[in-house]
Amino acid sequence: MQKTLKKYFVIFTVPTLLAFAFAFIIPFIQGLYLSFCEFTTVKNAKWVGLNNYVRAFTDNKDFLNALLLTACFTIVSILTINLFAFAIALLLTRKMKGTNLFRTVFFMPNLIGGIVLGYTWQQMINAVLLRYETTIVSNAKYGFIGLVILMNWQMIGYMMIIYIAGLQNVPTDLIEAAQIDGATPWQRLTKVTIPMVMPSITICMFLTLSNSFKLFDQNKALTDGAPMNKTELLALNIYRTYYARTGYEGVGQAKAVMFFVLVAVIALVQLRLTRSKEVDQ
Amino acid sequence: MKKKLLSALLSVAMVSALLVGCGDKAATEAPAADDAATEAPAEETAAAEEATGTGKVYYLNFKPEVDEAWQEIAAAYTEATGVEVKVVTAASGTYEEVLKTEIAQSEPVTLFQINGPVGYQNWKDYCKDLKDTELYNALSDKSLAVTGDDGGVYGIPYTVETYGIIYNNAIMEKYFATADAKAASVDEINNFDTLKAVVEDMTAKKDELGIQGVFASTSLLPGEDWRWQTHLANIPVYYEYKDKGVSDLADLEFTYSDNFKNIFDLYINNSTCAPTLLGSKSVTDSMAEFALGECALVQNGNWGWGQIADVEGNVVNADDVKFMPIYTGVAGEENQGLCTGTENFWCINSQASAEDQKASEDFVNWMISSDEGKNYMVNTLGNAAPFTTFGDDEKPSDPLAKEMYRFMEGGKTSVSWNFTTFPSQAFKDDFGAALLEYCNGNMTWDDVKNTVVTRWAEEKAALAQ
Repeated sequence: MQKTLKKYFVIFTVPTLLAFAFAFIIPFIQGLYLSFCEFTTVKNAKWVGLNNYVRAFTDNKDFLNALLLTACFTIVSILTINLFAFAIALLLTRKMKGTNLFRTVFFMPNLIGGIVLGYTWQQMINAVLLRYETTIVSNAKYGFIGLVILMNWQMIGYMMIIYIAGLQNVPTDLIEAAQIDGATPWQRLTKVTIPMVMPSITICMFLTLSNSFKLFDQNKALTDGAPMNKTELLALNIYRTYYARTGYEGVGQAKAVMFFVLVAVIALVQLRLTRSKEVDQ
Repeated sequence: MKKKLLSALLSVAMVSALLVGCGDKAATEAPAADDAATEAPAEETAAAEEATGTGKVYYLNFKPEVDEAWQEIAAAYTEATGVEVKVVTAASGTYEEVLKTEIAQSEPVTLFQINGPVGYQNWKDYCKDLKDTELYNALSDKSLAVTGDDGGVYGIPYTVETYGIIYNNAIMEKYFATADAKAASVDEINNFDTLKAVVEDMTAKKDELGIQGVFASTSLLPGEDWRWQTHLANIPVYYEYKDKGVSDLADLEFTYSDNFKNIFDLYINNSTCAPTLLGSKSVTDSMAEFALGECALVQNGNWGWGQIADVEGNVVNADDVKFMPIYTGVAGEENQGLCTGTENFWCINSQASAEDQKASEDFVNWMISSDEGKNYMVNTLGNAAPFTTFGDDEKPSDPLAKEMYRFMEGGKTSVSWNFTTFPSQAFKDDFGAALLEYCNGNMTWDDVKNTVVTRWAEEKAALAQ
């Protein structure tokens, strides 16, 4: 077995490795290198050392503000999305008529692209706010709430599917045993069901965390940072540093590298934390 | 197994024979472009060796609205000369980012455009000196070109555009006929005070005139605010440069900020909707309001004619669409004309292969010298081309272009386009965002002014680094 594996290693793995190298590793290393350079296009880079990293923080406070806002946004959306998704999953695993229809309906928003959703919601929210003679970009609060609603609307369906899969795997004998032992429905939920679906929670937390942290399309389409960059999340800030300003390409690249490190660290910590709470069946 | 190996070897041999064949062809055809290549630095000749045969043109077009026209032109040129022309259009507002990617390809953009001195600053490593080209020789006003510190010519404008306040003459006439009208004809409106009096009186009589507001909505949706943070902002900057006798400033004082406020307040307070709703309006919305006769005036340029004409249910007659200058209350503005200039400069990529550079030069020459090319320039693209090769009858004929020529020949002083020296898109975006905050009552005018002054200085400093 080992021998055959070795023999076919080249055929089966090398193409993937090559693709991975070309599409990921090489650009990544190039990106890392560029973050220490001043450049207009990737071909005419000049080495400037750590200058870009310093400028990312000193030129203005936009980057830190965006970081703070992204953190707030991520916390709020992780909480709301998972709560709603779990609640709906619980409802839809009951023996109810039309659960399949509901599952499909809830899942559908996930199939629509972020930019389209952003513009659609911008129109809808503005139509509602029209009654109060205002718009979504008049106040940073509206933009923030709008983003949270949009993110919820889009992500709940996906998370719900994962939770449903988890809930269906909870052995019924465990729940029955708990019922016979006199556990209240609340106790059954918190002491039996939730520990049993911990793996699903890990996945959902990870997905919502990384998706909210990296949110770009929806942010760009819904408010584009207005008013005064107060609804600008990290990814949009990086994008605009890179593209909207002359001479800032390197700074944008440096921000992108920091962004990568940040997302990686947070995601790993979160995975470790929730993993430790998982139980074996 | 052996048979398979043999056939594999054979096919390898075949393919390599093909490759050798191609290599030969390239080698024999290269001398054709030699005269162009000899002057080019070593780097470029190296690139030239890679290229096969005659050059190709890859044009990155700036304006989505003329994309179809360019595709047609490319096909026509290929048919006429056999040279391959590829035209790609960057989606609205993404030109710089598409250019950044496309120019670094192995088959890079050969013909692209910059928006003026600031654009040149960013792309100078890629701009070829066009001083000895026919394109530059044919340019009627040499001062329009973008020049470098070394005296080279790096960008050639291919069109001249103008903007001002577009008005619907039918509605204006209707107003002048009402009782106690503040002016008797548009000619009498030649300064801000008269304009303000007329506009405010029109707002009071809007039911009588059958309009919802005097000005079309001041579109401030993010990405749709360029008419204010770029075009309108040009006027105070123009006067400040003029006072100081300069063509660029590291620190803008924004001395004419009150004049900007004058006209901006007039726009937002006499509009089709409340100032707090402007954050949801796009340029298309404003142009549609104008086309549908819901308002009488809108600030935009001669390119806006297409947008007016194409609106379904359009009630505006072509004869009624006219321009008036943007008055802001500056002393002596009675003689001010429209804002005329250009931010469309053709550049040739100096790092493309020599053949491709030559091909691109030939292509633009064809555009401005052959009858077919000129016809496309004027009638399909609607460009007011600033070249001596264009005769008097070769001018675009839409109503706004006619107005542009009327003003140019009417002896008024045109306001030049100084927004090409605005430091960056980020500056403009922040200016636009500040205007939006002002409309929503979250910022005072002083805050807006401060934003402009500080952001200008910051971005100019970054540019100088």
